[in-house]
Amino acid sequence: MKKSLLALALLPVVLAGCGSTATKGTPAPGRTLTVFAAASLTESFKALGRTFEAAHPGVKVTFNFGASSALAQQITQGAPADVFAAASPATMKTVTDAGDATAPKTFVKNRLEIAVPPANPGKIVALKDLANAKLKVVLCAPQVPCGAAAIKALGAAGLKVTPVSQEQDVKAALTKVELGEADAALVYRTDVKSAGDKVKGIDFPESLKAINAYPIAVLAKAPQAALAQEFTQLVTSAPGQQVLQQAGFEAP
Amino acid sequence: MSLDAHLVVRRPAFDLDLALTAAPGEVVALLGPNGAGKTTALRALAGLAPLSAGFVRLDGTDVRALPTELRPIGMVFQDYLLFPHLSAVDNVAFGLRCHGARKGAARDQARDWLSRVGLSGCEAKRPGELSGGQAQRVALARALAVRPRLLLLDEPLAALDAHTRLEVRSQLRGHLADFGGVAVLVTHDPLDAMVLADRLVVIESGRSVQEGPPAQVARHPRTDFVARLVGLNLYRGFASGHTVALDPGITLDAAESLDGPVFLTFPPAAVALFRSRPDGTPRNLWRTRISMIERHGDRIRVHLDDPLAVAADVTAAAVAELGLIEDSQVWAAVKATETHAYPA
Amino acid sequence: MKTISASPRGRVPWVLLVPALLGLAFLVLPLAGLLIRTPWPTMGTRLAQPEVRDALGLSLFTATLATLVCMVCGVPLAWLLARVSFPGLRLVRALVTVPLVLPPVVGGVALLLVLGRRGLVGRWLDSAFGITLPFTTAGVVLAEAFVAMPFLVISVEGALRAADLRYEEAAATLGASRWTVFRRVTLPLVAPGIVAGGILCWARALGEFGATITFAGNFPGRTQTMPLAVYLALETDPQAAIVLSVVLLAVSVAVLAGLRDRWIS
Repeated sequence: MKKSLLALALLPVVLAGCGSTATKGTPAPGRTLTVFAAASLTESFKALGRTFEAAHPGVKVTFNFGASSALAQQITQGAPADVFAAASPATMKTVTDAGDATAPKTFVKNRLEIAVPPANPGKIVALKDLANAKLKVVLCAPQVPCGAAAIKALGAAGLKVTPVSQEQDVKAALTKVELGEADAALVYRTDVKSAGDKVKGIDFPESLKAINAYPIAVLAKAPQAALAQEFTQLVTSAPGQQVLQQAGFEAP
Repeated sequence: MSLDAHLVVRRPAFDLDLALTAAPGEVVALLGPNGAGKTTALRALAGLAPLSAGFVRLDGTDVRALPTELRPIGMVFQDYLLFPHLSAVDNVAFGLRCHGARKGAARDQARDWLSRVGLSGCEAKRPGELSGGQAQRVALARALAVRPRLLLLDEPLAALDAHTRLEVRSQLRGHLADFGGVAVLVTHDPLDAMVLADRLVVIESGRSVQEGPPAQVARHPRTDFVARLVGLNLYRGFASGHTVALDPGITLDAAESLDGPVFLTFPPAAVALFRSRPDGTPRNLWRTRISMIERHGDRIRVHLDDPLAVAADVTAAAVAELGLIEDSQVWAAVKATETHAYPA
Repeated sequence: MKTISASPRGRVPWVLLVPALLGLAFLVLPLAGLLIRTPWPTMGTRLAQPEVRDALGLSLFTATLATLVCMVCGVPLAWLLARVSFPGLRLVRALVTVPLVLPPVVGGVALLLVLGRRGLVGRWLDSAFGITLPFTTAGVVLAEAFVAMPFLVISVEGALRAADLRYEEAAATLGASRWTVFRRVTLPLVAPGIVAGGILCWARALGEFGATITFAGNFPGRTQTMPLAVYLALETDPQAAIVLSVVLLAVSVAVLAGLRDRWIS
């Protein structure tokens, strides 16, 4: 605690020192870029934030990760933010409709996978196995993006799956599988990846019918509009895409 | 039903050690100052206070190991403790129900008990709607309804005003007379004890200091507490015939002729006060000092101290005539015929 | 009781009045915010939706059942804490309040770890009786009871401590066994405390979200209570969320006010 306080106290001094030797113009010390991003982007965006800070001395990137819909609501209610990266175009639309952002751009795509416990007690190999009424399957609620995607994928396959629960978000669905309460869940590839060996992911071809696009946009009232623009460029650049693809995302 | 108990209750700042016996039908009053252990003794009989040692034998059977609810007792508490959520009749029926009576039968009996204590018409009233005297009688009916062999009464009249008390006391006396078991009554009021009890047990500091029929205890108190209660001056002395030598070096003549250690009593009204030494040579005359003068009913009570602490009752007229004031010197005299001595 | 009157000693002192009014405003204004934003014209059609009726019905049903569960176990537990002295009493009393400080979602995870299909007790329930609790209405009741029980226990324990023990002694002298004393004397004497605790408990259960969605999941008609429906509606249709919240508030205020008038005053 004491150490971090000391670091905070020294921060302006350090930043000022950096600023004088910085090659990229004369950034005002202590500039902060605020990024609102879907929870599934947590690990990759944190990494990109560090890259961005290294390239922009004196700039601090702060993140607000959460459910896209909640973030969208905060933005339309006037939360001060520069960049918004959503997990679905629908969510982004509520922000652009409100006039709080223009010209969103898809920067990655995410795809569903079947998550099962490592031992796979339900012996699931394909999407049609989820229709087995004896299995406990959890889906995301239709109101949240992963739920909408699941409905689309199941619909494309002509399958009727009755879940035991419609979870409030993808992490909750994944937790049910991790704890062994559910035999399977439809979640994003990235979530399976971040869960490590606690769950096993099963790819299924129908997931191509329900690909989820992630749009990013600079917000209309962004206090740091220029920096925001640069951050979105980083996200769509080749190095940025590499970080995102390591986390399981696919190129747009 | 007879009671034979030895009650020993030891607590950090208190110690009760009391032997208590009662014959069938007898009403025993435990009399004593506050904190003497009267209520503790009663609670020990009821099983509400655990005994450290001793026994409680009812008809020869020790009930010490029995929990309260299995003892054949009934108890009237000082503030009655009628269940506030039950009507008068249900309060009385409560014990009957606990003893296995059916609801209807218990109510019928309870109604009967209420009428016995003169409360017909009050059956449906809640305790909050009853007067103090009525509540006392419901409490008595509730305790008697379970047909106890041992009836325990804790200050049964203390919560009543003077007028109600008089009435309830005489009714209680009647009910106790009809009661066949042993009744143990706790009180700090000597009049209650005298009227209600067949025998008094005077308790001070957890010990019995005097026992006997009320009249005898009243006439021959053996402690200052009892003497004060019954309104007598009490002294210890040494008798040689009619003459009793008291501690402060005063000798008084008594009506009785005794030899050895004695108690000597006389009532405050038997003391006469004089401004100057009276003519003649009456016995039992000494010079003393007035320490305090106070009103005492329609009399004036004069407290004398040096050399002997005495309470004297005189009329208001006498106070004026003699010009009695505190801290002044007077002569005091007591008639030998009103001075009683009895072996200590 | 029903009329406004000054305190017996005259005017209400402003040092009490000002913070009191601030506190009141703090509690009431968010409610006003909800009411102002409520889309009243479409209220009727939204309420007619079967999902709303299902969620409301399920909420009332599970909250009431959870309250009963809390009463059956919580009143004896409160009695134990208030009347029996045993080693570790203080620890037990502290443990009883754990659900109050535990984030409800954590409570839900904890319930899964114990009563889940692979939980300590749940595994045995499943293998011996074929009972699994997660994703069931019974699971909702359990989750609600878990977070709401402390409200009942604390309230009843306080009432038991304040009750005059001598009434119980009087009952014992009349031949009442411990159980009879509890049933016919103790319970009626602390009834106001039990009702007050039950109301708190019910209200808490009705608003329960975190433990419920974690332990019982979310499925319309089976485990989706009003707070869950509100949360999910917020994702796509904030207007609908407001409507649901107002309905939940109206029903709970009506029930609580009704009970209060009947029991507390």
